Amino acid sequence: MYKVKVFVTLRESVLDPQGTAVKDSLHSLNYSEVSDVRIGKYMELSIEKSDRPVEEVVKEMCERLLANVVIEDYRFEIEEAVAQ
Amino acid sequence: MKFAVIVFPGSNCDIDMYHAVKDELGCEVEYVWHDAGSLEGFDGILLPGGFSYGDYLRSGAIARFSNVMKEVVKAAEAGKPVLGVCNGFQILLEAGLLPGAMRRNESLKFICRPVKLKVENNETMFSAVYEENQVITIPVAHGEGNYYCDEETLVRLKENNQIVFTYHEENPNGSLEHIAGIMNEKGNVLGMMPHPERAVDELIGGADGLKLFQSIVKQWREAHVVNA
Amino acid sequence: MSLMLEPNPEQLKSQKVYKEMGLSDEEFAMVEKILGRLPNYTEIGLFSVMWSEHCSYKNSKPVLKKFPTTGDKVLQGPGEGAGIVDIGDEQAVVFKIESHNHPSAIEPYQGAATGVGGIIRDVFSMGARPVALLNSLRFGELDSPRVRYLFEEVVAGIAGYGNCIGIPTVGGEIQFDASYEGNPLVNAMCVGLIDHKDIKKGQAHGVGNTVMYVGAKTGRDGIHGATFASEELTDQSEEKRPAVQVGDPFMEKLLLEACLELVQSDALVGIQDMGAAGLTSSSAEMASKAGSGIEMNLDLVPQREAGMTGYEMMLSESQERMLIVVTKGREHEIVDLFSKYDLEAVSIGHVTDDKQLRLLHKGEVIADVPADALAEEAPVYHKTSIEPAYYREFQAMNNDIPAVENYKETLTALLQQPTIASKEWVYDQYDYMVRTNTVVAPGSDAAVIRIRGTRKGLAMTTDCNSRYMYLDPETGGKIAVAEAARNIICSGGEPLAITDNLNFGNPEKPEIFWQIEKAADGISEACRTLNTPVIGGNVSLYNETNGTAIYPTPVIGMVGLVQDVDHVITQPFKAAGDLIYLLGETKPEFGGSELQKLTYKKIFGKAPALDLDTEAEYQEKVLAAIRSGLIASAHDLAEGGLAVAVAESLFSPKKLGADIHLSGDATTQLFSESQSRYLLSVKKEHQQEFEKLTGAALIGEVTDTHTLQVFINNEVVLEEQTEVLEKAWKGAIPTCLLK
Repeated sequence: MYKVKVFVTLRESVLDPQGTAVKDSLHSLNYSEVSDVRIGKYMELSIEKSDRPVEEVVKEMCERLLANVVIEDYRFEIEEAVAQ
Repeated sequence: MKFAVIVFPGSNCDIDMYHAVKDELGCEVEYVWHDAGSLEGFDGILLPGGFSYGDYLRSGAIARFSNVMKEVVKAAEAGKPVLGVCNGFQILLEAGLLPGAMRRNESLKFICRPVKLKVENNETMFSAVYEENQVITIPVAHGEGNYYCDEETLVRLKENNQIVFTYHEENPNGSLEHIAGIMNEKGNVLGMMPHPERAVDELIGGADGLKLFQSIVKQWREAHVVNA
Repeated sequence: MSLMLEPNPEQLKSQKVYKEMGLSDEEFAMVEKILGRLPNYTEIGLFSVMWSEHCSYKNSKPVLKKFPTTGDKVLQGPGEGAGIVDIGDEQAVVFKIESHNHPSAIEPYQGAATGVGGIIRDVFSMGARPVALLNSLRFGELDSPRVRYLFEEVVAGIAGYGNCIGIPTVGGEIQFDASYEGNPLVNAMCVGLIDHKDIKKGQAHGVGNTVMYVGAKTGRDGIHGATFASEELTDQSEEKRPAVQVGDPFMEKLLLEACLELVQSDALVGIQDMGAAGLTSSSAEMASKAGSGIEMNLDLVPQREAGMTGYEMMLSESQERMLIVVTKGREHEIVDLFSKYDLEAVSIGHVTDDKQLRLLHKGEVIADVPADALAEEAPVYHKTSIEPAYYREFQAMNNDIPAVENYKETLTALLQQPTIASKEWVYDQYDYMVRTNTVVAPGSDAAVIRIRGTRKGLAMTTDCNSRYMYLDPETGGKIAVAEAARNIICSGGEPLAITDNLNFGNPEKPEIFWQIEKAADGISEACRTLNTPVIGGNVSLYNETNGTAIYPTPVIGMVGLVQDVDHVITQPFKAAGDLIYLLGETKPEFGGSELQKLTYKKIFGKAPALDLDTEAEYQEKVLAAIRSGLIASAHDLAEGGLAVAVAESLFSPKKLGADIHLSGDATTQLFSESQSRYLLSVKKEHQQEFEKLTGAALIGEVTDTHTLQVFINNEVVLEEQTEVLEKAWKGAIPTCLLK
């Protein structure tokens, strides 16, 4: 069993209005040291072991469904979960 | 001419599309459930608006894997007219039948109101009944209609006259180049954020959308008269 | 989550654990007597939610009895999910309003969203197709950042749910006043359409029939939500956050479509929403109404979390769930039907003849209580009522006319009051067009939707001027109903019936209970005279923050029938040259008015007077004139008086102007809030016939000058471009939010 953490964010080149709004809000709360905010999605997947390498499977999931690569970047972390 | 209105779990403009075609356009139309394995017998495919699968993850991201989408791809390849409105447009983008992607509205808010559109290209099977550069009023109702594509794609869209509708005077969502609706290179798949099916009857606030459907029928009739 | 050890019956009693659940010592003694033994933890949980004000109306029942609830056209009065009124052709309209005030104060987005979800389920559980949503909202003044946050999030929550499920949000009202600062009001109304043959009730008939659970799984969310709604908000309320549920409009869309398919099946015996008090109220009420009992095995309840106790399952307010009773042996048909929509339908029990609600969990009977005791036998309290000193003071005052120096500036300032200003910022976020039946969109007096396949339409509105209510709850109650009816009339509809949402403070305070009683008296009298019975509603008490009550706010939701959509009228003036009329008498009445609030920053004095016979007479006349095709535009005079009504009638893409000629005291003529008045515009060719029919006073003409000009006693007192006024009116709320 693997625990996989997937992070999806808008690509650098794509305007992130939500991030901009949060940055402005932080500035208005006097956190002037904040220079940029990017908002994204975080997903946790529990994946059974299979014949295919888990990295390959997760990459495919990201490309096909979890991220829209036209506007989004993704990265993931894989942990081997202790069987319960 | 017979239309299919594809119904995904969470579609909610399916009824509007159905009645626009049946009551105002006077054509045959049927609902087709998302797990259907065939679109045989249909001459035009309509992907309605709504929140397919709750638009969870991303608008249209889950619906594109529906069984029926394989058939929609086939219909598109066969040259049949495929129209995706709002969520239908988002699904066509996710499915790769149209280039680009949808972002949240610049205002970060859902927006519902009639907007002015300019007909950029009236030499398509979706817009032939409009005048060139005609300004029409059609409502929008979406939270993610902020169209985006990369430079290269934009150049291609322009070169091939694939931009069919743009927002006129006011851009409600911040879309690139005021894009409201685009078609594929072949010209038989159109995606648009505004809802032409909501503008087919003066009683409910205008009939400028009807000509879009009439254009589809006109082209189809001409093609079938030629073939006959 | 660690499991709390449940106290045993003796501990429950000796440690008075029931008090934390909202039951009093006397109520606990009643439960003990009903059962003839000590209740266990699960059982006392069932009683505490079912006997909460939210579920039992124990404090408001004596007041609710005042309402007229029957009429020729009423097919279903209060007591079911929603009331039903006949509209002819074997069709009926189903509607109800409900509050979600306390959850929205704590978590405004989800509080508002699940409020919308709940009221939609009330309507489709009757077998009706929901066709429109409305709301009535109250917030503090927009100069507070917390209020702005609540306002933005509540609107987003309503939009998020309604837009996704695909039911148009076509109307509503919003008022801002400091009394709502810590306790906003979020009332949502749903209107549905049904064929008579499809009407379903929440009743568990037929011993041996199967009780099925359909929809979303049960989690620990919302436990004790009904109890929470029956308490005052305090600074500690935020800690009660677990009481707020999260809505899933996508799930509800599937549930809606599946249930509407289900009502066509003759295997269905009864259906009820699992709303407040979830599985407890739906099972106990269905059994009690049918005079039967229900036995359920909670092991079979679909669960989202591991290790849930019976208590937790019974008290959970997880959303998007329904309880249904189906003919024994036909369960598989129901399972198949729901599986088409990827929904679960699970048999969890059966109907019995012993009138008990019996619950099994892990092989043990964990509760065995009379269903009637839960659903029907909550104690009823006749609270003490005392006329407040403030009311006597206000009644003794003479009518005061606020001093106005510059009429143009005053009109502009009134148009910028958030309560009067354009609500476009709000309704642009609602999909008010989906299903393509919206004939009159938000922004006019009442919304109108057509009934497809007929010439008919439904007009609908929500109304309540809570300032008048505070000054004089009885008159205010009458005005609320009358104004709702005027809005329906102005859209071309004939008022049918109302649903009400009684939002008040703590009824244990005699002055508050007096407000409730008087408001109910006023509402009842107006409903009788105007022939609009009360077919259902909701009570929300304890709307107080740290001891201070909101203004009394009994929101009236009204639906009217438009015989022919050709009769539909909207408020904007239509063409230059049309004549402008005022119907109704203008008196110097400023108590609770927008001008008084603007001038003095407070309200005082008498509420405007209302004569119900005059009201009824004018309503008939205006509707007759509309149906005869004599009227081009109609607008009810409300907040801000005539000047505001004229200005609002100019706000349309046509950018028309108007010349208005009046005589007498300028301030009274322009800004008084006297009742039973209409602003009507008429084509010149209809002048004679219209005047003969209504007796209205000609006060001016629509012009193409793009300017509003007002003459009082032949002198210009106000002149301003329509565009300037419109900009002020439209920009007010967005400007407040930018602060």
